Amino acid sequence: MSAVGSACLVVGLACALYAAAAALYGAHAGDERYVLSARRAIYALAGLAVLAMGLLELAYLRSDFSLALVAESSSTTTPVFYKLTAVWSTQAGSLLLWVLLLSLFASAVLHATRGRHREIVPYATAVLGGIGAFFLALLIFYAHPFETLASPPAEGSGLNPLLRHPAMMIHPPMLYTGYVGFSIPFAFAVGALVTRNTGADWIRSTRRFALIAWTFLGAGILLGALWSFAELGWGGYWAWDPVENASLMPWLTGTAFLHSIMLQERRGMLRVWNVSLIVATFVLALLGTFLVRSGILESIHAFGASTLGTPFVVFIAVVIGGSVALILSRLPDLRSQARLDSLVSREAVFLLNNLALVGLCFVILWGTFFPLISEALTGVERSVGPPWFDRYTTPLALVLVLLSGVGPLLTWRRATLASIRRVLLVPVAMAVLALAALLALTRAAESVPSLIMFCLAAFVVTVTVQELWRGAAARRAASGEAWPRALAGLVARNRRRYGGYLVHAGIAVLLLGVAASSAFTERRDVRLSPGQTARVGDYTVAYRQPTATVLDDTTGTGAPITLGAVLEVRRGDERFTLTPSRNYYGGAGGAEAGVIGRFFEGEATSEVGMRWGLGQDVWTAVRPDLRALEDPIREADRRFERADGRVQALILAALAERYRRDPAPAAFRLQVAPLVAWIWIGGGIVMLGALTALWPSAGARARRVRSLATARPQTHAATESTI
Amino acid sequence: MEYALALVVLLAIAALVVSGPLRRREAPGPGEAPGAGEAAGPREAGLAAGADRRAELEAAKQAKYREIRDAELDFRMGKLSEADFQATDRELRAQTIAIVRELDGSRPR
Repeated sequence: MSAVGSACLVVGLACALYAAAAALYGAHAGDERYVLSARRAIYALAGLAVLAMGLLELAYLRSDFSLALVAESSSTTTPVFYKLTAVWSTQAGSLLLWVLLLSLFASAVLHATRGRHREIVPYATAVLGGIGAFFLALLIFYAHPFETLASPPAEGSGLNPLLRHPAMMIHPPMLYTGYVGFSIPFAFAVGALVTRNTGADWIRSTRRFALIAWTFLGAGILLGALWSFAELGWGGYWAWDPVENASLMPWLTGTAFLHSIMLQERRGMLRVWNVSLIVATFVLALLGTFLVRSGILESIHAFGASTLGTPFVVFIAVVIGGSVALILSRLPDLRSQARLDSLVSREAVFLLNNLALVGLCFVILWGTFFPLISEALTGVERSVGPPWFDRYTTPLALVLVLLSGVGPLLTWRRATLASIRRVLLVPVAMAVLALAALLALTRAAESVPSLIMFCLAAFVVTVTVQELWRGAAARRAASGEAWPRALAGLVARNRRRYGGYLVHAGIAVLLLGVAASSAFTERRDVRLSPGQTARVGDYTVAYRQPTATVLDDTTGTGAPITLGAVLEVRRGDERFTLTPSRNYYGGAGGAEAGVIGRFFEGEATSEVGMRWGLGQDVWTAVRPDLRALEDPIREADRRFERADGRVQALILAALAERYRRDPAPAAFRLQVAPLVAWIWIGGGIVMLGALTALWPSAGARARRVRSLATARPQTHAATESTI
Repeated sequence: MEYALALVVLLAIAALVVSGPLRRREAPGPGEAPGAGEAAGPREAGLAAGADRRAELEAAKQAKYREIRDAELDFRMGKLSEADFQATDRELRAQTIAIVRELDGSRPR
């Protein structure tokens, strides 16, 4: 298996290099056969990547510990779902995932553009082949996924317990799909620059790929936040951690790109800006992969310090240097075809939105790399914390939400004051109404930025509803359709437009949740014994009894020992029970750790006890005090040094019973977080909007089939006539 | 040994797949089905480029149609004054006509 897998990588590298070389030769010599051959090499690379990933997954399922990767990240007791997904928890596995996704994306785009962009495609193929070759070289020379062990262990180390959460297992492929997806518009942008085809054609063919990448990256970021909230036991969903930031940055520039390309499509404007944005987005995607794998910045997500730093830095430098040189050499071809007609137009709002998004990205970039910058300048590593990020990102986020509401109200080119007054009236009234209600009924005024965000969210949601309402009314007036049919027809016929508006509304709702939970979360850290109570917000939390189980982890992560608590939560007549717990996974067992002690000396993870709600989440985590168990554990280690698994289980059961009967006071984090659910709901609306914008219309599908069908016979006929 | 065998077999399969277009000196076979604009050799480049250009013009035409629809919707929704709509619509239709004319002119006779 390892031999076939290794051969897949080597042949894959050959295919990627060949694709790049053949495509360039084909373009240079004007021989289409080489371009076609290069495309087939990309298809072959996709086949080989699928085979390699399939073999690796099979090795995980069979617990084949002769592979070092399987031995280090899986075990026979790892649940099947986590065995299947453990592959991307490792460096080599995640790089293989990069190659797999890249080859699939590249195959899809080359297939979709097989009848178009004859000049651009060879260079795009070469770029995609080059990127694939880089990652395959990393796999072969730095992080080989099929490396074998001379003497395989009987049992593997198991998956990092922190990663045993469904969201965390889906999060990496989502994130990587986003990162990799941006390589498609990047490759076509390079092709367009090389061939001086700097119009909007390359954008029309790759916009969908950029949107897919953006959607997946957004979903990945959201799943990461969900994992942080539900698994990490600190009570938050975003910590401005370097790896979190690294995923947000390409999403921000990608958002700017998706907006600004509309200006190029419609008006021939912002050509330099657009190619610069897609270069920046791709470089930031590479940086994201680099940060999570290099360990150069301290992060809870940086799962491995490695030797990949140097090749990654060199590659990123080549991409930046090459792209900048290319853009500079093509400046005369990138001149705008039109000028801004009016400052009161959708174009102007898009420009402002781009500036705010890029500004936000720059702030995050600066804060993320500040430790490296300060160390380089002063020799002392200093970092900036969440308050620093909050100070600079909050105003920009407010501006962005405002613009996302104003943009849909304005028309392209210019808008008259009368029409602006007409369309602004209801949304502004709703924002003012929201302000009055918040001031009168809540304590929202305690946080001015949050108060502004609530009002802006009301404004944006009203704008979206108003746009749908007015659009459906216009359609009804023209066609006489019933309201539901008019609304469905309106969205179906203008998917990009209304999909985009839904995204705006989703972002506003999401940021509403962020604003509320950031400013008004009530949190308490307490130590409680059974029978004692504590208050958090309006709730009284009573520690009823401890829990302790052996080999009965209800969350399905395969934890051998689980200690926790039963909490009774009350607010007036409302009463419910929460059961936070902590899973102990055990370490490999060093010389000093005994057969029982090792179960408590490995990783431990929090399983949060939480009640979700639209108004607020009641969130609890427990950290049991194990000091009372230390003596019995030492005693068991001494007396049962050679105990087999069955005896060990009996001893652990006895220790669990002891903990249940006589627990030491446990440490609890209790939290009441308002409107967190709206972060996930807003994220869902964003995804719905993105899917709406992505979904091809029946007309577009038919046109595509027709254009291919009519193009083919012409080409065949043309070819035949030359025989 | 196993590695060498796997390498040779996979390399042979990949070479077979990749070299297909190069082995055909003439027109692509029925299974090849290249897209518009993908001719078998340099002699067909001009015709293929024409098909490529037509596909681009078709996409540009559809984009213009979308812009016209957008402007019309904005007008019906009261966001665009009658005069502004007429000016925008006139300009967009002129651009569309230019694209359609080029598209008609590029069709092989």
